[in-house]
Amino acid sequence: MIETRGLRKSFGDHMVLDGIDLEVAAGTVFALLGPNGAGKTTMVQILSTLIDADGGEARVAGHDLAREPDAVRAAIGVTGQFSAVDNLLTGEENLLLMADLHHLGRSEGRKRAAALLDRFDLVDAAKQKPATYSGGMRRRLDLAMTLVGDPRLIFLDEPTAGLDPRSRHTMWQIIRDLVAGGVTIFLTTQYLDEADELAGRIAVLDRGKLVAQGTPDELKRRIPGGHVRLQFANASGLEWGARTLGEVMRDDDALTLQVPTDGSVRSLKAVLDRLDQAAIPVDGLSVHTPDLDDVFFALTGHTDAQKGNLR
Amino acid sequence: MSTPSYALRDSATMLRRDVRHSLRNPSMTLSGVLTPVVTLALFIYVFGGTLGAGLGGLAHSGSYIDYVAPAIIIMTIGSGVSTTAVNLCMDMAEGIIARFRTMAIARASVLTGLVLGSLIRTMISNGIVIGVALLMGFRPAADLVAWIAALGVIALFTLALTWMAVVFGLIGKTPAGANGLSLIFQLILPFTSSAFVRPGSMPSGIRWFAEYQPFTPVIDTVRGLLLGTPIGNSAALAVAWCVGLTVVGYLWARAVYNRNSVAYNLSAVR
Repeated sequence: MIETRGLRKSFGDHMVLDGIDLEVAAGTVFALLGPNGAGKTTMVQILSTLIDADGGEARVAGHDLAREPDAVRAAIGVTGQFSAVDNLLTGEENLLLMADLHHLGRSEGRKRAAALLDRFDLVDAAKQKPATYSGGMRRRLDLAMTLVGDPRLIFLDEPTAGLDPRSRHTMWQIIRDLVAGGVTIFLTTQYLDEADELAGRIAVLDRGKLVAQGTPDELKRRIPGGHVRLQFANASGLEWGARTLGEVMRDDDALTLQVPTDGSVRSLKAVLDRLDQAAIPVDGLSVHTPDLDDVFFALTGHTDAQKGNLR
Repeated sequence: MSTPSYALRDSATMLRRDVRHSLRNPSMTLSGVLTPVVTLALFIYVFGGTLGAGLGGLAHSGSYIDYVAPAIIIMTIGSGVSTTAVNLCMDMAEGIIARFRTMAIARASVLTGLVLGSLIRTMISNGIVIGVALLMGFRPAADLVAWIAALGVIALFTLALTWMAVVFGLIGKTPAGANGLSLIFQLILPFTSSAFVRPGSMPSGIRWFAEYQPFTPVIDTVRGLLLGTPIGNSAALAVAWCVGLTVVGYLWARAVYNRNSVAYNLSAVR
């Protein structure tokens, strides 16, 4: 559905995308994962015909991006980071505007608008302007507007940024339903759990370059950031624990040990079994799964926060 | 997708959107009328006595309102199109224009709809201001043909300034910035034209500027048509300015609109 080769873009002397090769299969969810400023939005803007690339090639929905932008536009829908709704029109009027621009007939447009309002739980707010909407409602209206044209490929640029947990889960469910209906989704996000939850394939973008690509499981296997944190009652317990478990990170002040694991139940059980056999009492235990910082540290050797120091 | 019939249909859709915006945002629309009406009242009731005396027996009836009213009508265009610049700039900031650009609609329709909407809105404002001027004592001597000709010049000038305002809306980074740029048409050019006093009474540098800028021939033409005073070559100059500004504004606006939206990108990258 999407195929890019050597895509490049810079603004002034700031290189934003530096040779991006990626492939997105039809009917799948592809997540472009990266911190702020990695170039995710620029990627979406190029693939959705909003701006031109400086170099490289791309085919989107079977059409060359540079030569047939209108054919690409006819096949795609875009919901950006900042919701692109008309604030002076009501929710319903926004949808009817999209229907008019897709050249649907009057009755067909009304039918589709009504169905989308219903599907996105916006019926009560249909006659109100988006100014009165919550963040989640705005985002739903934005996506509903994108769906009026029945696109085969949808770009979602950070669809849950700034949403509360509930709205976030609603959005996730909507995305799953879309995929079930055969739509291809190109998603950008800075949350690993979101990419993990939704995407079949993830590409990690860092400073304009793809540093890793694969299924969520493939990526997670490459990330050694997961660990079990053990809390001991006293210094001797800590000492015995450290001797028993071998390679661990030790904090004498907090009386804790960090034991790396892949997060599986089996590895967790192995750690506990060894402590149990040595009869070492443990006060508390917590499991830490890798987060985006771990991913970036593992894949790039720097975390987002450390960027300034490492450079 | 870009057949002429779709271009027409998309432009009509955009025009409907613009008209709805005008109705939904009455304060913005109203200020396009209020500013010239207040200016008219100010110049008639406060400054009019002195300015009128200074002009001598210019106007056919000898009263200052007949001299200044046609100029105020032209000023209405300046404040009317500034609304267009601000509206467009707000649209750009809200991302709805970016949405339109990713859709398979006739590219020109977004700007065409906006310009038609601006033309309609500003011509209505002009009508209101003409009405108020008549109530305040403006007594034009024009016959029907002269009125139609005057309205034609007003419409032509509105079209020209609207295209320039579209440019301001596209290149102004904020609504305030877009409004600031359109102050050229709201204040600077009107006040340095033949609107309130004759250029002949101005210091030489400003006089030269007043004689060679677009507002002077347009105002002189409308004034001549409505009052029956001599027009001379002002009419030809006025039409040339209108056509010139329309062409420049149209080409410039189209170039900026089709160019990658740099402001939007930079803000998104940060």
